[in-house]
Amino acid sequence: MTALAATGAAVASRRRTGPNPVLLVPALAFFLVFAIVPLVGAFVLSFTTWDGLSPLKFTGLTSWRHVLGDAQTFRSLLLTLKVMVVAWVVQTPVSLLLGVFVAGRQRYRALLGVLYFVPLLLSSAAVAIAFKNAFDPNFGIGAAFHLPFLVQDWLGDPSLVFYVVIFVISWQFVPLHTLFYQAGTRGIPAQLYEAATLDGAGRVKQFWYITLPQLRNTIIMSSTLMVVGSLTYFDVVFVLTGGGPGNATRLLALQMYLTGFQSYQMGPASALSVILVVIGLAMAFALTKFSGFARMKSDQEGM
Amino acid sequence: MTATTVSAPTSTAPRGAAAPAVRRRRSSRRERPNVLGAIGGWLWLAVIIVPVYYVVISSLRNQAGFFAQNPLAPPTNPTLDNYRLVLQNNFFMFFRNSLLITVCSVALIAACGLMAAYVVVRGQGWLARRSFQLFLLGIAIPTHATIIPLYYLITRLHMYDSFLALILPTVGFAIPITVLILSNFIRDIPAELFESMRLDGAGDWRLLWSLVVPLARPALVTVAIYNALHVWNGFLFPLILTQSERFRVLPMALWAFQGEFTVNVPAVLAAVVLSTLPLLAAYVFGRRYLVSGLTAGVGK
Repeated sequence: MTALAATGAAVASRRRTGPNPVLLVPALAFFLVFAIVPLVGAFVLSFTTWDGLSPLKFTGLTSWRHVLGDAQTFRSLLLTLKVMVVAWVVQTPVSLLLGVFVAGRQRYRALLGVLYFVPLLLSSAAVAIAFKNAFDPNFGIGAAFHLPFLVQDWLGDPSLVFYVVIFVISWQFVPLHTLFYQAGTRGIPAQLYEAATLDGAGRVKQFWYITLPQLRNTIIMSSTLMVVGSLTYFDVVFVLTGGGPGNATRLLALQMYLTGFQSYQMGPASALSVILVVIGLAMAFALTKFSGFARMKSDQEGM
Repeated sequence: MTATTVSAPTSTAPRGAAAPAVRRRRSSRRERPNVLGAIGGWLWLAVIIVPVYYVVISSLRNQAGFFAQNPLAPPTNPTLDNYRLVLQNNFFMFFRNSLLITVCSVALIAACGLMAAYVVVRGQGWLARRSFQLFLLGIAIPTHATIIPLYYLITRLHMYDSFLALILPTVGFAIPITVLILSNFIRDIPAELFESMRLDGAGDWRLLWSLVVPLARPALVTVAIYNALHVWNGFLFPLILTQSERFRVLPMALWAFQGEFTVNVPAVLAAVVLSTLPLLAAYVFGRRYLVSGLTAGVGK
C-alpha cells in the first residue's frame, strides 16, 4: 500500500515537481485572519459608531467628520511626521558611523559592538520606565552632576519633552541600525579598500568613495525600517509620557489608542488607524519603488 | 569577534570569508589609529551604559537611600529587598506567562513559516507567487493600526483576556518577515537536491524534514530568536487584548508595578532588571544567533 502510494507520488512528481500548495494554508490563514482582516476591518469600522461593548452601528461618515474636524488629529499627524524626520536625521548618521566603526577588526571595537547591543534586549516598557526615572529632575542622572542645565523638568516641560522622546527612541533603536551597518560594512569586499589604499586614498576618502556608496542598500533598508517603524514608536512613548505633558507627545498612534481605549470612540479611532495604514503603506511603497528593495533575490545570485 | 564571528553570521555563504580577513589584517598595519572614531565610540558607550548603570545601582538602594544619595554614586547600604519584593509580587507567574506565549508563538511561527517558505520558493503556481507578494506587502503593515479591529475580532471570537488572544495575532503578524527570511535562505539550496529527492519518491514532508530543515537550520534558529525577542518584549497586544493578572506578561507587569509601587522607584527598577535578565543570559550564550537574527533579511 505504501509502496504503491510512493510510486504514485513519484509518477505525479514527474508531472508536477512543485510542492503541494496546501502547505501554504496555515501561514496564509494566520496572516489573513489576524493581519489582513483587521487591516480591512479598520476601514470598515471607521464608518461605524462603537463604544467597544455594545453592538456597533453603521453611521456613515460620522467618525470621519469627527476625526477630520478635530484639530488634535492634525497636531498628532504633524508631530508624527516631525518625529519621523528628526528621529531619522539623528539616528542615521550616528548608527552609520558607529556601524562602520565597530565593523573594524580591533578587539576593543568588537567589544564595543557587543556592549552597544544591550538596549536591544530591553523591552520598550523597560526602556521607558528606566528613562522616566533617569530623567527625573530630582533623583535622575542629571541630579548627580549638580549642573543647572541638566536639572530640568525634562518630561514635564512641553518644549523639552520632544527632545527627550527623540533621545530615548534613538537610545533604543540606534543599536539595531548600528548592527545593520556593521553587517553591511563587513560585506564590502576588502579588495576595494586595498585598491584605494594603493591609490593613496586616506580614511575619509575611503569612507566617502567606497564605504558610503557600497552601503547604499543598507542605508535604504535601514531608512525604510526607521521611517515605517516610526509610526509605531507608540510603546515607548506611551509608557514614558502617556502623550503628555498636555498633549505634547500625542503621536498619531497614541491619539488613536486614547480615542479608542480611553474615550471608547472606536469609530473615530478606526478612522485614525486608516490614516496610519495609508501613511505606512505609502511610505513603504515609495521607498521600495525608490530602492528596488522588493526585488528579493538570493544574496548569492549574481555574485 | 574578529575572525570567528565575521565568518559566523555569513557562514551561510560559502564564499571564502577567511581569505579577505587575512588580507585585510595585513594591510591594517599601515593604518594610523582612528582617534576621532574612538572618541565617538567610547562616548556612545557612555550613552548606553550610564542609564543601565543608573537602573542597576538604583535597584540596589533602599528607598531612603534613593531619595538621599547621589544618583550615580554606589549605594551606601546595598540591599536586595527590592528584588525580594518584586519576586513576592507574582513575578514568577508573569515570567511563566511570558515564557509560555513566547514558546508557543515561536513554535507556530517557525512551523507555518517554514512550510510557506518552502512552497513560495519551490512552487511554480499562481498561489505561490501571489502569496509571496502578499507577504511582502504584509511587512509594511503598521501593527498598531490594526489594534481596534483586532480587539473587535478577538472579543467576537470570545478570546479576549486569554493566552490565545496573545498568541494568534502575534503569529499572524510574524508570518511575513519569517517567510521572507526563510525563503531567502531556502532559495540557496540547490534545486538539484530537491529534484533528485523527488525522483527518489520523496513527498513534501520528506523533503521538508530531511532536506529543508537540516539545511535551513541556521535560518530557523535566526527566525526563532528574532521572533522570541519580539514576543518576549511585546507590549501592544498584551495591552489591548488582556486585562487580568492571570494573563499578564512581563512588559505589562513592569507597567503595572510602576502603578503599584509608585514612589518605590528602586523596586520598579529591580523589576526592570529582573525582566531583562533572561534575555541578557540568552545574549551571553547565543550572541551570534541573536545578532544574525536581527540582521537577517537585511540585504548585504
